[in-house]
Amino acid sequence: MVPIAYYLVLAAILFCIGVAAFLMKRNIITIFMSIELMLNAVNLTFVAFAHQWHQISGQIFVFFVMVVAAAEAAVGLAIIIALFRVRQTLNVDQVNLLKN
Amino acid sequence: MQIALFTIFGLLAVAGALNLLLQRHPIHSALSLIVVMMSLAVLYWSLGAEFLAAAQVIVYSGAIMVLFVFVIMLLNAGEEERTRGSRVAAIAGFPGAAAIFCLLSFVFLSERHRLGTTRLGDSVTGAGSNISEISHTLFTSLLLPFEVTSILILVAILGAVVLARKEL
Repeated sequence: MVPIAYYLVLAAILFCIGVAAFLMKRNIITIFMSIELMLNAVNLTFVAFAHQWHQISGQIFVFFVMVVAAAEAAVGLAIIIALFRVRQTLNVDQVNLLKN
Repeated sequence: MQIALFTIFGLLAVAGALNLLLQRHPIHSALSLIVVMMSLAVLYWSLGAEFLAAAQVIVYSGAIMVLFVFVIMLLNAGEEERTRGSRVAAIAGFPGAAAIFCLLSFVFLSERHRLGTTRLGDSVTGAGSNISEISHTLFTSLLLPFEVTSILILVAILGAVVLARKEL
């Protein structure tokens, strides 16, 4: 017997670690990975609430989030490869063409 | 039994996420993200979502993370340089993230009794297996969104091929 609230708190912890990693990391691939971590944390809340309300729609929503995350990862990593071809770097501090 | 399962895999997930944050080499971050996703699959299973547990292992740890590892290998990504980072992130980002966490935990823990508990092995709606329920909903009332996602995947494949071409 585990309270659903514990699952939700765990998801909140993972989401906030994802936000912190997104802000702290300088490597663009790691930043992309922290976005995936945040998506996973939100998926956990969907599954927990689906269990609480005894509804299957929460799990279906997680299925669609997974599909969109897969598409996003494919396109995003292609963009990262194209960026690396042009700039020869993965550091987001050096990709500042729009800054000034 | 279930509280032990939740504690072990919850701590494993948090440890993996913290390791993602603290490691400087992208491949170490990728491997710790795989640990997080595998332990989340166990937690999905304990919440009565067997299909999603399998899909999490196959889609996330299988497909997406393999893509990440391949890109890290292709681009020969080394350790990231230590920089000061952004000032806005330090001023607004970290207190903001901590505030979101405190707010969410406060709400969840104060509503703990109304949110209820979970027991190992009980199905979500109490009607048959998880996979048959999901497939029944997915292929009857949600058939159009399901077909639209296949078009989305097709567009994503074309976009990835076009973007990763030699001459852009």
